[in-house]
Amino acid sequence: MPITLPPGTAPGLLTPGIDSVEAVDLGGGTMELNMGPQHPSTHGVLRLLLDLDGEVVRQCRPDIGFLHTGFEKSFESHTYQQCIPYTDRMDYLGPPINNLGFALAAERLLGIDVPLRAQYLRVIMAELARIGSHLLWFGTTALDVGAMTPFVYSWRERERILDINELVSGVRMHTSFIRVGGLLADVPDDFYAIAQSVVDTFPKAIDEYEVLISGNPIFRERTRNIGAISAADALNYGMTGPCLRGSGVPYDVRKQQPYSSYDHFDFDIPVGVRGDIYDRYLCRMQELRESLKIVDQALNNLPSGPVNTPDRRVAAPPRNEINTSMESLIRHFKLSTEGFRPPKGQVYQAVESPRGELGFYIVSDGSNRPYRVKVRAPSFSNLTALPHMVKGELLADLVAVIGSIDIVLGDVDR
Amino acid sequence: MKASQYLLDSGLRVGNGVAADPVLVFAVKAAIVVLGLTLAAAFLTWAERKVAGRIQLRYGPNRVGPYGLFQPIADVLKLLFKENLAPATRDKLLFLVGPSLAVGTAILAFAVIPLSAVNHGIGAGYDLHWDISHLNIGLLFILAVTSLGAYSIFLGGWSANSKYSLLGGLRSTAQLISYEMAVSFSLIGVVILTGSLDLEKIVTQQNHAWFVVMQPLAFLLYFTGALAETNRAPFDLPEAEQELVAGYHTEYSSLRFGLYFLGEYVNVITVCAIATTLFLGGWLPIVPFLSFIPGVLWFIGKVAVLILVVMWIRWTLPRLRYDRLMSLGWKVLLPLGLLNIVITGAVVAFQAA
Repeated sequence: MPITLPPGTAPGLLTPGIDSVEAVDLGGGTMELNMGPQHPSTHGVLRLLLDLDGEVVRQCRPDIGFLHTGFEKSFESHTYQQCIPYTDRMDYLGPPINNLGFALAAERLLGIDVPLRAQYLRVIMAELARIGSHLLWFGTTALDVGAMTPFVYSWRERERILDINELVSGVRMHTSFIRVGGLLADVPDDFYAIAQSVVDTFPKAIDEYEVLISGNPIFRERTRNIGAISAADALNYGMTGPCLRGSGVPYDVRKQQPYSSYDHFDFDIPVGVRGDIYDRYLCRMQELRESLKIVDQALNNLPSGPVNTPDRRVAAPPRNEINTSMESLIRHFKLSTEGFRPPKGQVYQAVESPRGELGFYIVSDGSNRPYRVKVRAPSFSNLTALPHMVKGELLADLVAVIGSIDIVLGDVDR
Repeated sequence: MKASQYLLDSGLRVGNGVAADPVLVFAVKAAIVVLGLTLAAAFLTWAERKVAGRIQLRYGPNRVGPYGLFQPIADVLKLLFKENLAPATRDKLLFLVGPSLAVGTAILAFAVIPLSAVNHGIGAGYDLHWDISHLNIGLLFILAVTSLGAYSIFLGGWSANSKYSLLGGLRSTAQLISYEMAVSFSLIGVVILTGSLDLEKIVTQQNHAWFVVMQPLAFLLYFTGALAETNRAPFDLPEAEQELVAGYHTEYSSLRFGLYFLGEYVNVITVCAIATTLFLGGWLPIVPFLSFIPGVLWFIGKVAVLILVVMWIRWTLPRLRYDRLMSLGWKVLLPLGLLNIVITGAVVAFQAA
């Protein structure tokens, strides 16, 4: 039923998608509850409009856009290398993975390969970011069902990953460590020992989490058979990542379309059966261990060599050359001011972010700036399934389901 | 006949000789308990944060005063000076009644809890009871008063005219109805054993063995139910932060919020004090040769240990879901309470026969 606007109201002032849906039948005695955008457990600035029957959620309408930053548009006015810091800030819980996605897409446009050492280091940083993101998710998931302490325990471990970020890039969160054509720089010497200690000590910490939460009867009651979604529905909603794997579909970009030498490593893709919150939880907990396995293998088989492509279209000439060669100096200057120009064309490159398939679709018109960048954000697609998952569940479950989708609003809105 | 004399003659008070306290003694006792409870509750917030800190790998408050001990004072001052915001659409009377009831009922229940053994024949020949008012139906009084506490949350949640508050208030009402029964039933075992509702008598009869030994099930039932009644985690549904923002006190600020906060902590003390009195031998020492330590200290010590357990639980467990809480109350605690009554009754009857 089309809604009639109050006289004098411009249509543009109404929130699209919210006020344009069919009118809610209030005859059934439902209460409309506005949850968010300022609410403790909407994980940022998600706004949900709920029709509550008692505490049962009859309908849930997510309203997004409160964190809209226009990153995709901003890409169009920046050179390729300048886009990298923007990608950091989209899914701010896994910045290196966003960097990686954009860098891989741009490299495919350019038709260049990065050295094996850079690929391995990229994998290490990406998997550490995945672990960090999952640790944060673990804490907030426990928090969402009312357990306040696991949060600080998982943040204790995440802190060490941020320390590694700081060690290699000087920045703790928005590292911009992975660049088009390779890395910001090679890792310092003490990186190996610190990363190895993370690999060695984390399994024990994860065991501790499992003792605290996985076997807890209250947690199981709160999550078993709650917010379940079938494999078919999950696929139809375009869900990816642990949310899809929790429903039993073993889809992981790292296995399906290996990038950055992921096919060199031996790891498993954990899948669930029921597709409920608990299965998604178990998937992520297992992924923590699998990621540690990958980091371990990458660290121990790390080849030596350069970490940047030798291709002079992208890589700056080395310092000593700049000192002696005028051409090199000019090239360095041009690279710094104008950047490189990929050939005309378009490319879609997906990577597996902690939340699912993160895809970068870049259209190049041959200039030094992308003509258009479209990001396929996993959080956005996963969030669309929320109304389906919470229909008929309780208000308390809604919070747990949001936590189990593990959305990052920066990723949803971009 | 004077009213006080009437109360004495009608048998509300028991005791040897002159039963009633002189007004001055009564007032001093009341002042000590009210001030003591308020202060204790304030410092419990400090203790809770310290305990939480230790559990969560951090220090807790340590800036204000030694070990952060003055933190509660700073907090109270902050609450006092905050603007007293209130929704324009509130129910003005009930919005005030809510927080007042929260503290009032919590403190009121403490009036009949004996802190130590009675001192016979002090001074002018009256007995000094270590409670404000010595009722021979003390247990009944406690049950009645703690039930009133639900009104504070319900009225507060309802009168604010906010949806989150309303949900919190509704949850609380349902929760209290479910758990009041279970708690009451868990106490009946003790009443059967002692044959009295007089709290002093209940404690003195635990001379040989605390009732937690004879009534372990009842103790667990009471403790679980009491946690639910005080809205402490894992039963803190009425104020579930992640779901209802702050539940029934979402719209409260300044001192009105402070009163709810105070009420919660006084409630915790009261509940633990009742558990100590009924199951842990009140002021009685653990072993007889330690009886040189004053009974009051024993009492306070036992209450403190119980409160620590309450805090420990809060920072460890996830929150139960609303419907699970209901089914736990009606389908688990209540039948177990009934079972406990039947078993206790049968044992007592066999022993008597």
